[in-house]
Amino acid sequence: MLTLTHFLVLSAIIFSISLAGIFINRKNIIILLMCVELMLLAVNTNFIAFSYYLNDTAGQVFVFFILTVAAAEAAIGLAILVVLFRNKRTINVEDLDTLKG
Amino acid sequence: METILFYVFSTFMVVSALMVITVHNPVRAAFFLVLTFFAAAAVWLLLEAEFLAVILIIVYVGAVMVLFLFVVMMLDVNIAELKSGFVKNLPIAVAVALAMFGTIYFVVGGNQFDIHNFVPPARHAADYSNISELGKVLYTEYVFSFEIAAVILLVGIIAAISLTLRRRPNTRHQKVEEQVAVKSTDRLRVVKLEPKERK
Repeated sequence: MLTLTHFLVLSAIIFSISLAGIFINRKNIIILLMCVELMLLAVNTNFIAFSYYLNDTAGQVFVFFILTVAAAEAAIGLAILVVLFRNKRTINVEDLDTLKG
Repeated sequence: METILFYVFSTFMVVSALMVITVHNPVRAAFFLVLTFFAAAAVWLLLEAEFLAVILIIVYVGAVMVLFLFVVMMLDVNIAELKSGFVKNLPIAVAVALAMFGTIYFVVGGNQFDIHNFVPPARHAADYSNISELGKVLYTEYVFSFEIAAVILLVGIIAAISLTLRRRPNTRHQKVEEQVAVKSTDRLRVVKLEPKERK
């Protein structure tokens, strides 16, 4: 029998994997963006699981808006990445030190 | 039966998510991310979120991942250099991931989310429509947020285009707006010529 714990643990595993991915691929911005998408997927799975077990549609509406914002974020992020590559010929995070941060 | 399906699809999800963060080629990482999204859509179907499962495949696999693939193939990236810190960062990555999972499991792993506190609701009938159910609340209770989402998408379009738009004044290209706005008087000039007397 499927319980809420199954889904919560699954999304916790996916979230931890994407967190590890951010640490492993610290230099490649494309993989970093993919890891952010994976994190959003884990969070959305949580929302949908609670929406189903609490019998409340609000969770699904929230996932709908998260998907909208994530699509806009991916489009703008990739546009920034293209402009960055056009100007600096690299996507290595360590070379992006113009702001001396 | 549902439990078996859940375990099959969640295994797919976890394995392909692991492949996303470990493969060397960004194109393969994008394809494994597509596989993760498909498995996640199947898990969402088990939770009776049919509309969102379909949207996940159409929007994420169909649009966002294709965008990712375009960008990966457009950029000429030296993969070996980008992968150089892989082994060095691996122990800390595993440690942080295990700590994160341990913390979340400490909260969700107990018996507060088990079958007694959260009883699974009865499955809906075959003619139940998740889309109409979602549409009823989306267009009444959340209509203002829905319009804000539309504005966010518009801002996304304008930002992406204005960021990547590039004017190159030295190249020869058609100016469509001038071609459309042209009038016949700009093209043809009628000159009145007086007939001359031949000598």
